[in-house]
Amino acid sequence: MATAAAHRTARTAEDGAPDTAVDTAAYQSAFDAAVAADERIEPRDWMPDAYRATLVRQIAQHAHSEIIGMQPEANWITRAPSLRRKAILMAKVQDEAGHGLYLYSAAETLGTGRDELLDKLHSGRQKYSSIFNYPTLTWADVGAIGWLVDGAAITNQVPLCRCSYGPYARAMVRICKEESFHQRQGYELLLALSKGTPEQHAMAQDAVNRWWWPSLMMFGPPDDESQHSAQSMEWKIKRHSNDELRQRFVDICVPQAESLDLTLPDPDLRWNEERGQHDFGAIDWTEFWDVLKGNGPCNEQRITQRRRAHDEGAWVREAAAAYAAKHTGTTGGTGETRA
Amino acid sequence: MTATVPATAALALGDDALVLSHRLGEWAGHAPVLEEEVALANIALDLLGQARILLSMAGDEDELAYLREERAFSNLQLVEQPNGDFAHTIARQLYFSTYQQLLYTELAAREGPFAPLAAKAVKEVAYHRDHAEQWTLRLGDGTELSQERMQRACDALWRFTGEMFQPVEGLDVDWADLADRWLRSVTDVLGRATLAVPEGPRSGAWAAGAGRQGLHTEPFGRMLAEMQHLHRSHPGASW
Repeated sequence: MATAAAHRTARTAEDGAPDTAVDTAAYQSAFDAAVAADERIEPRDWMPDAYRATLVRQIAQHAHSEIIGMQPEANWITRAPSLRRKAILMAKVQDEAGHGLYLYSAAETLGTGRDELLDKLHSGRQKYSSIFNYPTLTWADVGAIGWLVDGAAITNQVPLCRCSYGPYARAMVRICKEESFHQRQGYELLLALSKGTPEQHAMAQDAVNRWWWPSLMMFGPPDDESQHSAQSMEWKIKRHSNDELRQRFVDICVPQAESLDLTLPDPDLRWNEERGQHDFGAIDWTEFWDVLKGNGPCNEQRITQRRRAHDEGAWVREAAAAYAAKHTGTTGGTGETRA
Repeated sequence: MTATVPATAALALGDDALVLSHRLGEWAGHAPVLEEEVALANIALDLLGQARILLSMAGDEDELAYLREERAFSNLQLVEQPNGDFAHTIARQLYFSTYQQLLYTELAAREGPFAPLAAKAVKEVAYHRDHAEQWTLRLGDGTELSQERMQRACDALWRFTGEMFQPVEGLDVDWADLADRWLRSVTDVLGRATLAVPEGPRSGAWAAGAGRQGLHTEPFGRMLAEMQHLHRSHPGASW
């Protein structure tokens, strides 16, 4: 909850919009005070337009990542090598769809709609995490995604549980619990492979070799090239810089890789006694920007599949809307909500 | 479980659940709306859970799932049918979940090795049937296009429904009565969905009980090839 002062100020005008510059200044200072006091901004509170826009962009991108992120893993559901693993993977992909739903709901509290956000995803106007533009080539990739990709996501997302925007912070609390579980499952999958036959061990190592660097890229560009960082940290949407979180992730992964009996593909990776942290090699930022621009190995495939699922499902959504109109007298919206 | 578990019956029911679960798993990332990603995966998971219990009653679940060839699978031909469009998937769900609900209700009500599994599964299956019914109503009584597609799906799968009522060795069930109740239930849903009950036989000479005998349709072998490939490539490995 924002401060009482902010509430009073923000909710005086029922139409929500301040009429004068004087009002705007008062709203702004109440907002600033609430953020400074580490209080939560809620949907009906006044907020700067840029804060709203940043959150919509970030939450939508997060939601899209959950939805697109189902694809590389779903790629292995039908080939999972044991029934137990198959059940775990199905449950995980189902959780991701659920996370997408929470996040679209959180974005909707900011005055946008799921349909609109999906349109933007489908037309390329909004992005999703670049990591999902890499292919899952072996079963071990499912483990590497759990361990490294979910691990990086958690490192990024745990601080978001304290994000200044209430609905986003609360969604992250629920999501992080499930993500930690997924991450442990991924680790456990890799451990089984690593301790298995030589072929299985090689499969695990190959997967880690391919997913390590893309996982480090998940923290975004270096601090001096990150255009949104400073403002997001001021608003307490973000709590730590990209490079800080990336470092934290590397330091967590090194001992885990050792206990997995797998190596990380970085000849420059070593403990730095002075810093009390690991030094690591340079990230290939050319590749990062290239994937971000749409030229990764699976960009085209991922968005095509998403669009196709949506387009081929249109008649189903229309049927649900028509049925709702006949039987409840409402228009049934777009059919996105099933009775 | 004791040695009295009828393996034939455990395999028949387990294979049904395993194969349908696999088909539903193919929907992941392709569903028409996000809520259906969740729902279809949920149903697939329930079925996979049932399959694991049932196959374990008959032997080792992974050996049975991954190392039998298609002639040794005893699932119904209905559940191995490709997903087709959403209407085909829903029609298959309606036919099968109605059967499963009636059968498991029977099995839960009597003493026997399947009673505990059936008692748990019947709750899941009631949800599956409700989901299928709700979508049958929406597609049947939705738009002209959805009605046409739903009718086509119901018609196409109709001939696979007779085999569900071929007696399964080891299951003490009044199959003719089950068949009657199934037909009444499905007729009622289709009627409310403004759909016609399909004409034509519910089992051809080949389809009647064929799946239970290990006689399958052509898409099934390809499905198994995909499902078993990795497991078979690493003989004896643990996962």
